[in-house]
Amino acid sequence: MEKIIFYILAFIIVAFAIASVSSRKMLRSVIYLLFVLVGIAGIYFLIDYNFLAAIQLTVYAGGIIVLIIFSVLLVHHIEMELEIAKPIKQIVTALLCLIGLGVFLYTIYNHPFQPVENYTTTTVNEIGKGLLSYEKGGFVLPFEVISVLLLAAMVGAIVIAKGTKLFDKK
Amino acid sequence: MIAGISIYEILTVTSIIFFIGVYGFITRKNLISILISTELILNASVVNFVVINKYLYPTLLEGVFFSIFIIAVAAAETALAVAIIINLYRQISSVEVKETEIMKY
Repeated sequence: MEKIIFYILAFIIVAFAIASVSSRKMLRSVIYLLFVLVGIAGIYFLIDYNFLAAIQLTVYAGGIIVLIIFSVLLVHHIEMELEIAKPIKQIVTALLCLIGLGVFLYTIYNHPFQPVENYTTTTVNEIGKGLLSYEKGGFVLPFEVISVLLLAAMVGAIVIAKGTKLFDKK
Repeated sequence: MIAGISIYEILTVTSIIFFIGVYGFITRKNLISILISTELILNASVVNFVVINKYLYPTLLEGVFFSIFIIAVAAAETALAVAIIINLYRQISSVEVKETEIMKY
């Protein structure tokens, strides 16, 4: 059962990823990206990381996609079709990507992974305790650094998006 | 872990997503499309972290923490990129890569 669901999810992800990078309509490309992200959230649900799937759905599908859609609507006419690269460039890039994919897959399939059989569910409790513990192996410092980074990015985004008016006043 | 699915299959899917992202990053001519391709690349790496954690070291949680941090950084990066794109659109009325020639206004 899980096998079939995984194959369906993998097919959805790959198909919509290809559609997302090859669609000539801007807004459709963003919506295809949304489907890819939801499919990845489905994979997180399948491997029992429910908290991560919730993060993926709220932050990516809820936040980033809405942000990108807003920017598309602000800077584009919806009917406008995107300019695409020259066919020769597309073919060369696709070939290079296929070669890179071949190298990746060759390396992956030649590496002897030793998976551990397990069907445990990770609870939010464990994740929270690990993130906020300051003992050995705790992640409290990166957690704080990330919060400062988010604050800095927020202030920076406001300053940049406000434009030149901010500097003209003086 | 998913019953009946080995780690190789999931890593194959993430490699394919990664290279689709690289392909889009090189061939698209529009700043927002390039942003979308970057999201694909970041997502592929996040899934790799999570899957390797789950299949190889199920008692540890480091992969989950790293993926949370990557998602946070990706959110910050997207917010900044959208701000830059909107500002650029005000200055030159375009978001095509070939028309952004000067870094400082």
